[in-house]
Amino acid sequence: MALVFIPAQLRHLTGGRDRVDVAGATVGELVEAIDALHPGFGARVVADGELVPALAVSVDGDLVSGGLHETVRPASEVHFVPALGGG
Amino acid sequence: MSASDDPKSTGQATGGAERRFRVVGTRPVRHDGIDKVTGRARYGADVSLPGMLHGKVLRSPHAHARIVSIDASRAAALPGVKAIVTGADMPQVSGATEQAGEGTSNPRWLSDNILAKHKVLYTGHAVAAVAATSPHVAEEALALIDVRYEVLPHVLDVRRATAQGAPILHEDLRTQGLPTPSDQPTNVASVVLFERGDLAAALRAADVVVEREFDTAMVHQGYIEPHNAVAQVNPDGQATVWCSTQGAFDVRHFCAQILAMPLSQIRVVPAEIGGGFGGKTTIYLEPLAILLARKAGRPVKLVMSRAEVLRATGPTSGSHIRVKMGATRDGRITCADATLLYEAGAFPGSPVWAGAMCLLAPYDIETLRVEGYDVVVNRPKTAAYRAPGASNASFAAESVVDELAARLGMDPIELRTRNAAREGTPTPAGPRHRRIGSVEVLEAARRCPQYLSDLNAATGDGHLHAGGALTPPAAKRRGRGFAIGFWFNAGLQSSATIGINADGTASLVTGSPDIGGTRTSCAMIAAEELGLPVEHIRPVVADTDSVGHTDVTGGSRVTMATGLAVYEAAQDVKRQLCERAAALWKTEPGAVRFADGCVVASDGDTPKLALAEIAKQLGRTGGPVVGRATVNAQKATGAAFAGTLVDVEVDVETGKVDVLRCTVIQDAGRAIHPAYVEGQMQGGTAQGIGWALNEEYVYDDEGRLLNAGFLDYRMPVALDLPMIETVIVEVPNPRHPYGVRGVGEVSIVPPPAAVANAIANATGVRMTTLPMSPPRVLAALHAAGVGVGREETRVAAAT
Repeated sequence: MALVFIPAQLRHLTGGRDRVDVAGATVGELVEAIDALHPGFGARVVADGELVPALAVSVDGDLVSGGLHETVRPASEVHFVPALGGG
Repeated sequence: MSASDDPKSTGQATGGAERRFRVVGTRPVRHDGIDKVTGRARYGADVSLPGMLHGKVLRSPHAHARIVSIDASRAAALPGVKAIVTGADMPQVSGATEQAGEGTSNPRWLSDNILAKHKVLYTGHAVAAVAATSPHVAEEALALIDVRYEVLPHVLDVRRATAQGAPILHEDLRTQGLPTPSDQPTNVASVVLFERGDLAAALRAADVVVEREFDTAMVHQGYIEPHNAVAQVNPDGQATVWCSTQGAFDVRHFCAQILAMPLSQIRVVPAEIGGGFGGKTTIYLEPLAILLARKAGRPVKLVMSRAEVLRATGPTSGSHIRVKMGATRDGRITCADATLLYEAGAFPGSPVWAGAMCLLAPYDIETLRVEGYDVVVNRPKTAAYRAPGASNASFAAESVVDELAARLGMDPIELRTRNAAREGTPTPAGPRHRRIGSVEVLEAARRCPQYLSDLNAATGDGHLHAGGALTPPAAKRRGRGFAIGFWFNAGLQSSATIGINADGTASLVTGSPDIGGTRTSCAMIAAEELGLPVEHIRPVVADTDSVGHTDVTGGSRVTMATGLAVYEAAQDVKRQLCERAAALWKTEPGAVRFADGCVVASDGDTPKLALAEIAKQLGRTGGPVVGRATVNAQKATGAAFAGTLVDVEVDVETGKVDVLRCTVIQDAGRAIHPAYVEGQMQGGTAQGIGWALNEEYVYDDEGRLLNAGFLDYRMPVALDLPMIETVIVEVPNPRHPYGVRGVGEVSIVPPPAAVANAIANATGVRMTTLPMSPPRVLAALHAAGVGVGREETRVAAAT
């Protein structure tokens, strides 16, 4: 099971839980699994089949570029963080 | 040669890795050096085409107004005027935010910033553009365009913009990121929140709690070269744009997006660039040049004045930040609570999220709450500026950490070391730090010559008085301050090709505009891998039709990510050369390897062939050898830390702060060209000191910028600063073949806090507003009763 950390602003959808153990081979599958447990979660992080542009996803400490298609390992730690720019 | 081996070095390298390099770590002369020092280098404003017209932009005199009508008929009738464009000439584009380049972009906001449609949102907002046979005629034509405005109330400050009844900039703006979406018009574009642990309980349990509120001013990157663009549009619609940019592919993407053109119809040629610091990662003039050129049927050049640059291009956010931290008596920071409000300018997109993520990133803090607000105000739309958002946040957090150290009676660097983030520490946003060099930076700071020196020994140029320490005059108080800063660094995408010439030299093509010497650092990587002298590599920055997609020169990423593409392209070259040698030797490619610039047969008997020797035989062994590589370097990034140590002298009679001595200590991972690394460290520090002491946008009551020039927008010059000393720390990034992290940004993060901490150390007065200019410092000193007697005497005498 991957460990997905729930952004503070979405914890009202998970009953206040800040992390959820779910199974899935990709970030997208993890989101679907969380949405099945906590309806409404998917709609806040996915739009038009992609991660919403304001969000980036971190898998095991890396800000990855694959979005929902990024593969995860069973013991991965997944965070949704703001998308950033540099100078 | 390490930095410490070079007698000309101002710095020293610490740490280091085991691999021995032949080229990496040396200091060759830059390939573009002769062109730049002799004036031959071609910048955007140097581009001139046959039949070229000159463009000028009409800008709003109002901070906030509705455009009632635009009548350009008188301007169009002026002899020499060939084209005029207004917002009506811009296609309608999507209002959906999308990923673009380094961050996110909203095409409609981008389009509206380039040319206002229904409202102007800041003084300097572009309203119309003219192309004419000379700049003077174009200027004259601007005065003949009649624009009727309905002036609206404006708001410049984040706190006023978020208050009830504030003027609303965008009627359709709704706050993103709220737990429950709101349908109320607002100036708050988005909210971000990071939260872990029971904050109230942690604050109750803390032995010491410090809380402060801070304000920072909007500041500009201050690059020397103003924005410029030349466009030529063929009758078939094919457009070519020459411009000063940090990212030619982003210019192409943005222009295509807001002008509704296919990418394949636009070629962007990046000219030499006279500074960017993040401010040239977006577009302003390029689509106007295309529109005017298309309309006029002739090439058009636009070049901004300095005043236009300051009024209408993206500075970085001013901000209001509250920070509260709690610690135990033994020096453990247990909790932190912060609220950040950042000015986005006229359209959403401040770097508040980055600020929120960086604010506490140097520390391992169990319980925290960080809330950030992106707020639109009637100022120019902000753009990236070196580690965007992090300096504001660091000013607040590192000031509070310093005050905690004072309250605890601890050395400020010791407190930071005890609480330092390490590999595996969760960042404020949650993801864990990878291998980082925060502790190594703190340790190097405590070993650096300045830290070990007597505060009263500095003369202002980093040297000691011949007679040893001096006692400063009574009105001048000396202090020493330190702060540490964090920046993520970016990976993104890059492409590179290496062509082997028949004489054994090589050409290197990348798509990364060279701001800080990256042509040479990339050439050094190619030279290292191919066993060639760096002078035998000719590095070229190519246009968008001549190299694979390459993201912006930004995020401190070029030497790391484009360098990684160069490294991989060199491996491709070596593989092909081994295949050619295998064919010559009638053996399997696997039986041949490349080492020290030669192909070598593993049998040990066949004489090895130098690259130059095999290069002569490419024609008869299969044709040219071109190595190519494309990378998405996102998983190769390595975050950076920098510390700033600064000694100041505060004149308590005038409030003037002089920087006597300054050292920047930074983890580069691996310094490919140490002189360029030191240059980035010094440049970022100088800008950070300007941000700390002098720079700010000053507006009048009507929202007009009063200091749109370098005489009044006071950036530090050489006379204002001592020689900035450098200490390069090398904690290799384990995901990069050389350990490179990227060095272009993080050095700007800690200086404002370091200077504030030094002032507090000198006077006992905590400055909470940037810039810490003489009037502000004097007012704060007086409020605290420091130097008041002297001031009263002086004022009394003056009156």
